[in-house]
Amino acid sequence: MGQANGQDVEIADVSMRYPGSKRYAVTDVSVHIQAGEFFSFLGPSGCGKTTLLRLVSGFIEPTKGEVLIGGQNMRGIGPNKRPTAMIFQNLALFPLMSVADNIGFGLEVRGVSRAERMKKATELLELVDLPGVEKKKVSDLSGGQMQRVAIARGLAVQPAVLLLDEPLSALDLNLRQHMRSELRKIQKRTGVTFVYITHDQGEALTMSDRIAVMTDKGIIDQVATANTLYNNPKTAFVADFVGENNAFLANVKEIINGYALAETSFGLLKGRNPQNLNPGQRTLAFIRPEALTLREGAETAENVVKCIVKNLSFEGAFITVFLKVGNDNSVIMRQSNDGSTPLLKIGADVDVCFSAENTLLLAYGEVADA
Amino acid sequence: MSVSAQKTRFCWPMERWPMRKLWKDALRNFGGIGVIFILLTVGGWLIFMIILPQLIMLDFSFRPLLPLRKLGGPEDVYTLKNYILLFTTPLHRAIFFKTIWASVIVTGVALAICYPISFYLAKVAKGARLGWILMGLIIPYWINELLRLFAWQLILADSGILNQFLMFLGIVSDPINFRAGNGAVIMGMAYAYILFMVFPLYNAMESLDRNQIDAARDLGSSWLRIHWRIVIPYAKPGIAVGCIMTFMLAAGSIAAPQLLGSPSSFWFTQIIYTNFETANWNQGAAYAMILAALCLVFIMIMLKVFRVSLKELAK
Amino acid sequence: MNSKTVLQFVTGGYIVLFFIYLFLPLVFMGIVAFNTSSIPQVTPWEGFTFKWFGELFADKQMWEGLFNSLIVAFFVVIISVPIGLGATLFLTRLQIKGRDGFYALLVSPILTPGIILGISTFLFWDKAFHLSGGLWTAIMGQSTFISGYCMLMIMARAQRFDRTQEDAAFDLGATHRQVFWKITLPFLKPALLSAAALAFMQSFENYNTTLFAIGFKQTLPIYIGTKLRQFISPAMNALALIFILLTITGAAVYEIIRRREGRRS
Repeated sequence: MGQANGQDVEIADVSMRYPGSKRYAVTDVSVHIQAGEFFSFLGPSGCGKTTLLRLVSGFIEPTKGEVLIGGQNMRGIGPNKRPTAMIFQNLALFPLMSVADNIGFGLEVRGVSRAERMKKATELLELVDLPGVEKKKVSDLSGGQMQRVAIARGLAVQPAVLLLDEPLSALDLNLRQHMRSELRKIQKRTGVTFVYITHDQGEALTMSDRIAVMTDKGIIDQVATANTLYNNPKTAFVADFVGENNAFLANVKEIINGYALAETSFGLLKGRNPQNLNPGQRTLAFIRPEALTLREGAETAENVVKCIVKNLSFEGAFITVFLKVGNDNSVIMRQSNDGSTPLLKIGADVDVCFSAENTLLLAYGEVADA
Repeated sequence: MSVSAQKTRFCWPMERWPMRKLWKDALRNFGGIGVIFILLTVGGWLIFMIILPQLIMLDFSFRPLLPLRKLGGPEDVYTLKNYILLFTTPLHRAIFFKTIWASVIVTGVALAICYPISFYLAKVAKGARLGWILMGLIIPYWINELLRLFAWQLILADSGILNQFLMFLGIVSDPINFRAGNGAVIMGMAYAYILFMVFPLYNAMESLDRNQIDAARDLGSSWLRIHWRIVIPYAKPGIAVGCIMTFMLAAGSIAAPQLLGSPSSFWFTQIIYTNFETANWNQGAAYAMILAALCLVFIMIMLKVFRVSLKELAK
Repeated sequence: MNSKTVLQFVTGGYIVLFFIYLFLPLVFMGIVAFNTSSIPQVTPWEGFTFKWFGELFADKQMWEGLFNSLIVAFFVVIISVPIGLGATLFLTRLQIKGRDGFYALLVSPILTPGIILGISTFLFWDKAFHLSGGLWTAIMGQSTFISGYCMLMIMARAQRFDRTQEDAAFDLGATHRQVFWKITLPFLKPALLSAAALAFMQSFENYNTTLFAIGFKQTLPIYIGTKLRQFISPAMNALALIFILLTITGAAVYEIIRRREGRRS
């Protein structure tokens, strides 16, 4: 079928300021996306991920820095000449053309014969699991079907890199879940480098090989696999943005080997200190909800906090417990519903404990708005 | 067309010369042929059909009428003679002012008649009925102005329906010559131009939130007050546009006075026409410029009276 | 009967009266065409006849006027629609300083009284190119403002265009020219057709501008205007009736097509 082989994308020290604007949309971004990788840019609205996509696709040129695809500098090369294809957020399918004509458009402008284009369209529709709709009008398709047509259209020109601009945001929940695995499948089947942008971390975490987390200041905080982002976030922003996390304001008191003691408003906590923060520094202590447990009997734990149960939320496989500690600090704890822990009562006083290993101390920084 | 959308498309790094950037932009967007096409069409239109003809007419208006052989000679100078003629000729003056107040009357009549209709269409009529009524209004609008005036000419003629009717009723024994005097012309114009008032009014009123009216009713306001305080202020741009269009049509109308008037009810445009028929282009041009000036003045007055800005008028 | 029904009654009556006011004169005018009387009148009715139609069709001047009208309308369409398209592209695609100024200038002929356009066109072609009044000046005079209408129509459609489609086409490898011909133009096509229809109709029935621009030639409206100022024969009513029926059909068809197109896109 002529599988397109993906190429790598290098974004080297790129900063972008739009003409007429004072602020930089992205600042000093350097990322190397491997060939054939499913790579995502994850961040809140306005973080600059759309800008990056447009820089790679060629619709805008960086104010500083370079964009290289397959080792070749793309400066001065327009979107129609780059080995990229973009899936737009609103899909931008051509309403006056049939499905087959849409898919074949990229080939049509390259002078491919009609017969050949039809053949390609059928092949690609097979690839995206949408056989038989060649003659249909685009407006007769459902949302998910239109998605696949858009992807088929992008793949038809055999791009080295496929750029996807939050393609699933307009779909309803069930379809979104389904399309996540579909997209992943298609990417693996074709070997094309996928560059995906989204603000939905669920999408990014489940689909991507690696993820770049961007803050709303237009910089990348961390590039890593989902696992690493979740368990070893490099900044407070990442720790807060990826997954649910408890965060407590604290000041470092002492450092002990790779750990540190930090003073919160409700007591001392011991936690990992990967950034080697010094005593006196402001920090946020992060503990994942699933790392919290209730103290059983007299067992000792490194961190113990007295909380009051405020609310319970039964969510099937697990129970989310909302607690309060000290001066209105809210705590979220997740218990699995396997009967191993007793059901809590609202208003009860409990001792919540967690290990130092599971507690992460990171320098205080702006986190995304809830 | 959002500005930010424009900015993220095909932006090259900032260049220092905006004109050059425009050129490059155009060439990239349309290719060589496209740029030539745009230049030819827009340029040709702007220069050869809009600007130059007006300038030439302006030029003509300031020159005296001279036979061919005297052109370029000592008498071919710029002069205000043609314009002054309006003020020095009592007949012309009278006709000019008559044209103005008659056009105002036409505008007023049209406004009075059309306001209720427009309001009904915009706020009261619903669904299919609205569609039919609109269609019913649009169709006569398409019929040639001349024919609509002709219809009135027939009605008002000596042997026309109106006279027949009056004689039948015994009110008069001889046909009345409706065409003497300005009445016929004014009536004809009101008939022919009435729809130009309906549509701007309708458009303006349509976007008024019905709830505002309902709220006022709910608070106990009378219909008169609702119109005076809520509907009219909101529909001001539409009223202004409608009045401007009707006035300009009336003042600039040549068909209506020709068909429905008589020598005693000459219209200003007819003076211009006479000048043209006698090849006195210069005088005709001057009076045409005066007509243009009149329209401009009326527009400014309307803008002031209704306190509307030029932008708001953009239909 | 409460005040609400009274109000409805009055409004309904007002509307009906208004429509009678609009249409009755036209109906009378049509009826006259069949009256044998040689003075155009509805009463006294002297008998039903088609002879005025015969007289109309025998009138050579009428045919010449009709022929000229068609020629002028044809060329006006050919000139005005491309100009409207060019102007739309000029104003919507390029970032020109003073774009509003250009817009106002290009739209101004629509607001200008027809006779002023006619006179200025006539004088211009006479002075600059020594081309005296005739079909060409009529074409030019009419195109001056009809191009404006075309531009407004095409622009209205262009502004509903989803520009990301052009981006997508670009991204897939099309050149600017290909994007224009394959994506943009097909989208604008309905507007181009409506503009052409509008241009034709407006040109065909134009009087004020044509009267001053055309010199000694005649289009159909000019012919009608001249005839109506002389001795009137019911043949004019015959012509009027034909004209009205054609206009009604044309307008109805136009509206129906426009609504269908509106629903589709």
